[in-house]
Amino acid sequence: MDFSQQISQYILSGLATGAIYALIGLGFAIIYNSTGIINFAQGEFVMLGGMFGVYFHTVHNFNLAVALLLAILFAAVSGVLFERLAIRPLRRATPLGLVIITIGGSILVRGLAMLVWGKDTHALPTFSGDEPLSLAGATLLPQHMWIFALTVLLIVLSKLFFQFTITGKALRACAVNQRAAGLVGIDVRRMVMFSFLLASGMGALAGIIIAPLTMTSYDVGIMLGLKGFCAAIIGGMSNGLGTVLGGLILGVLEALGAGLISSGYKDAVTFIILLLILFLRPQGLFSRGESERV
Amino acid sequence: MRKLAMVWMVLCLVLSAGTVLAEPLRIGALFSITGPAAFLGEPEKNTLEMLVKEINAKGGVKGQPVEAVIYDTTGDPTKAVQLATKLIKDDKVVAIIGPSTTGETMAVKPITEKEQIPLISCAAGIKITDPVNPWTFKTPANDHIAGEKILNYAVGKGQKKFALLTVSDGFGSSGREQLKGLLAKKGLELVADETFGPKDTDMTAQLTKIRAAGPDAIICWGTNPGPAVVTRNVKQLGIKIPLYMSHGVASKKYIELATPEAAEGVMLPAGKLTVFDKIKESDPQARLLKEYDAAYRKTFGVEASTFGGYAYDALQLIVAAVQKNGASSDQIRSGLEQTSKVVGVSGVFTMSAGDHNGLDLSAFEMVRITAGDWAIIQ
Repeated sequence: MDFSQQISQYILSGLATGAIYALIGLGFAIIYNSTGIINFAQGEFVMLGGMFGVYFHTVHNFNLAVALLLAILFAAVSGVLFERLAIRPLRRATPLGLVIITIGGSILVRGLAMLVWGKDTHALPTFSGDEPLSLAGATLLPQHMWIFALTVLLIVLSKLFFQFTITGKALRACAVNQRAAGLVGIDVRRMVMFSFLLASGMGALAGIIIAPLTMTSYDVGIMLGLKGFCAAIIGGMSNGLGTVLGGLILGVLEALGAGLISSGYKDAVTFIILLLILFLRPQGLFSRGESERV
Repeated sequence: MRKLAMVWMVLCLVLSAGTVLAEPLRIGALFSITGPAAFLGEPEKNTLEMLVKEINAKGGVKGQPVEAVIYDTTGDPTKAVQLATKLIKDDKVVAIIGPSTTGETMAVKPITEKEQIPLISCAAGIKITDPVNPWTFKTPANDHIAGEKILNYAVGKGQKKFALLTVSDGFGSSGREQLKGLLAKKGLELVADETFGPKDTDMTAQLTKIRAAGPDAIICWGTNPGPAVVTRNVKQLGIKIPLYMSHGVASKKYIELATPEAAEGVMLPAGKLTVFDKIKESDPQARLLKEYDAAYRKTFGVEASTFGGYAYDALQLIVAAVQKNGASSDQIRSGLEQTSKVVGVSGVFTMSAGDHNGLDLSAFEMVRITAGDWAIIQ
């Protein structure tokens, strides 16, 4: 196996992992853009998606597609409940307070998941077989193709949604100025709830499509959430391409770092990137600096 | 007045308790029943409670009932230290079983040594009993015994160049150190030395690098789910190099997570409990393992795990020591040191002043995963 094949395997593996980070990062971006909150419980919705998927598929023997839809539905409802019970009662709280509440909420969700489903790791069957595919000297699994395809689909859909539908535009309006949005007749509270619904559903979808590859357990949300957060930060918390590119860059750098430097520094790579971005380009790699009008 | 009444009530309680019951043999236990190492602590707690009930139903130890005071450390060394102090000062236990992890054990060790209470750890780290301290023992076999079992087998197959892929937690880094030492001692070559994080979800980068280094065999050292991901990635990349796993994944859960197709042909050293239905009838552990598994299944509805066995052995060893020597902390300590051929779940224990673990290579069987099940290989 020559060096170029190695490199192509690193890049492909990195892109596959990066697409997962991107999907999770999008959830962060959606909530941030409509509420200004960084929802650190986002990783838990990813976990809930995977665990609900396992629950419906293996305990209730629903077929995979039905289990998938049910899992997204249940996780999205959990997201709405989370917003109603933890975020809404504190609308007057400072952003910092809300961020801390999301951290508390994530610990609660994790604890509940542990009590209900136990501490075991679970796996879902792959959507379409385990036969590896060869691509430019590297190998990927069919499940990776699902991840790529669904990521692309979601980006396109969310782009269309935010650009062309009334609800999408209302969500963006809330992001710019909640008070003004309220003055022109947008129900801000509903929009906030809606953003949680979207983000948790999206997180859950990510959780389910990666469960066959990476397996899932009550505590997978922390690390995945952090990686998704990094992706969103690199992308400047954008709803679309920025976050996706952020995720992909992160994944590829991780894989290259592990392969070419040392696997011991794999996670260090992520956090060094995060710190660098926060220090040097807090607005993200791709967006121009925002000027605040006074 | 109220206070006086309280004091009176407490006094009554204490006195009546003292007169009605025979003084129990009080043994403390520290397990990480919740938290990240819950997969260790939970079966340990279950096993201990089950075994205590069993012993008391048979009339206790030399007529004394056994009482286990079990605390949950949540895998936190600081908490483990506080609870150990509580066990010694408040509960006045004569010996302590646990903690479940090496980190917690190393934190608790100085206290039990100072207070002169025998500690029988359920953690595998070699540091616990090497160097030997008079008051510290452990029941799981040392990692290097499992490593030696793998290398002895591999050398027999003519494999000389090895790649290590270890998890970056306590278990993995201890295994990594042991394996590197063993490789050097046996004059074998280490061609790649890679690690992965306990929660990592993709190891293809490490495996690609390993494949390029051209080893004769890969040794992966970790606990689920990492090794299961490694196993799947090996299949994804089409790597045909023999893959060895550690005893840390010797459970059906690993085969389930890795999928039987990907796990086919993976070899590992397994404690005999894993293959209790496949070992020879003449094996000294055969009967005990069968009984333990049956009892555990009956009480908890799941198969017994190796981890529960660590607690089982610890209590068995204490009971044997009490029967031989007497029930004070000091007598238990010297009794433990004289342990000879006590049959347990992890192996047959023979301890001495210089060996506070007492297990040898016979504690493991090399197994190969075949059609989703274990097959013993020689």
